[in-house]
Amino acid sequence: MRDVAIIGVGMTKFGELWDQNIRDMFAEAALKAMEDAGVKKLDAMYVGAMSSGLYTFQEHIASVMADYIGQVGIPSTRVESACASGGLAVKSAIIEVASGMSDIVLAGGVEKMWDADDGSMILATAADQEYEGFHGVTFPGLYAMMANAYMDRYGLTREELAQVPIKNHKHAINNPNAQYPFPLNLDGVLKSSMVADPLRLMDCSPITDGAAAVIVCPLDRAKEFTNKPIKVKGIGAATGPIALHDHKDLTRLDAVRLAGERAYKMAGVTKDDIDFVEVHDCFSIAEIIVAEELGFFGYGEAGKAIANGQGTYGGRIVINPSGGLKAKGHPVGATGTAQILEAVTQLRGDAGKRQVKDAKIGMTQNMGGSGGSSVVHILEAV
Amino acid sequence: MANSQRYTREIPHRYRLEAQKFDCGYVTLPNRYICPCDCENRTKYEKITLKGTGTILSYTIIHIAADDYAKQSPFPVAIIETDEGARLTAQVVDCKNEDVKIGAKVELVFRKIMEEGHSGIINYAYKAKLV
Repeated sequence: MRDVAIIGVGMTKFGELWDQNIRDMFAEAALKAMEDAGVKKLDAMYVGAMSSGLYTFQEHIASVMADYIGQVGIPSTRVESACASGGLAVKSAIIEVASGMSDIVLAGGVEKMWDADDGSMILATAADQEYEGFHGVTFPGLYAMMANAYMDRYGLTREELAQVPIKNHKHAINNPNAQYPFPLNLDGVLKSSMVADPLRLMDCSPITDGAAAVIVCPLDRAKEFTNKPIKVKGIGAATGPIALHDHKDLTRLDAVRLAGERAYKMAGVTKDDIDFVEVHDCFSIAEIIVAEELGFFGYGEAGKAIANGQGTYGGRIVINPSGGLKAKGHPVGATGTAQILEAVTQLRGDAGKRQVKDAKIGMTQNMGGSGGSSVVHILEAV
Repeated sequence: MANSQRYTREIPHRYRLEAQKFDCGYVTLPNRYICPCDCENRTKYEKITLKGTGTILSYTIIHIAADDYAKQSPFPVAIIETDEGARLTAQVVDCKNEDVKIGAKVELVFRKIMEEGHSGIINYAYKAKLV
């Protein structure tokens, strides 16, 4: 396999984009990425989206997007793995280049969520519809059951759990693309409305419109396009049980552990080599469990460690410098791609006030459903 | 919605708790062609009927529900392990929300789940009652 580099990135602002439809958002992000890389013609492309059909009644969007970014004729493939669609689209593009099949490949993710009717039902399609959604469980409900199991076993307090979104909002203040770049305090979390006990509104990532895109090419051609190529050092993906009740341990996310182990192995690095990580904090409890599964903290320790400042600048590892899903926003199909964009921005040294000092190796972790899928990337400045 | 597809209305184990016990001992209510664990004889199983008794492993109170369930909220939902070892998710009914706890014993009962709109079909399945 050939080494692969990321040579261009682009994204829309995340938020309520009432004057842009799904193709506008994708085109804005993709054309920015192509401009960033200085490429006009792609060899192939991948489009990550969870549910363009239910959200906007438009399927077949791999072709829609190729058409609207001026690339009609090239192969274009949609990738769907619920909220991990964007991350797996990037992985697919990397593999296509690594295999020698293509040289210049775009991976983009997109979701248009604000115009949907009954968004809770649409998101619940990422769970086991026949055995979870049918019984009225929502996505916050599934993660709430993880939170209750975790708090019961490890004694994590409600106040400690609140420190995850508080930290991520603090990070987002310095991200101009973030949906909610404002500070959040303890009262703001504990007095927000209850969504699924014990998770309140401020534990939950928001409804977001947005798109993000990256361009990959063979590492040995990267300097034709950029002075700061970012090498793809490791990738790992895995599946887990589709229903939360089939997880042997409700406080674990096996797919994240497996994806992380595979990415570490391919990259030839350990957790101690990682300078920052963008994780899938769809709910406050998710960031805690994911940080443990990726090895940054022992089981049962991440919640208290993050509450003690170990997940931010000056701590053990900066988790979600972008603001994460909670504060940057979570357009589900775009999230995994936007995580890669944040990692590239940090590794280029272009992250401004939220720059992680001397960042050389970064990690991203994207997840589908209640751990039904996960994909991890390890990137390196070269 | 997908819930009213004819085949989902005719899943026998949803109504009669007909589970499978695989050769390795794994018990599953949703019937499968192959055991999900990495065991020998992965396609060999016996049919068992769950007694319907079990224990709550975790739970939540759903406050913001999908439209089809909105009139019921706030309502408790739990992950239950039956005495035979099958795992399932079900609503907990006939109790105060604050009485639902990890470790509580339950029994499964046959109940209406929801109606699909004004003229849609009525869906039935199991819910859990505290015992």
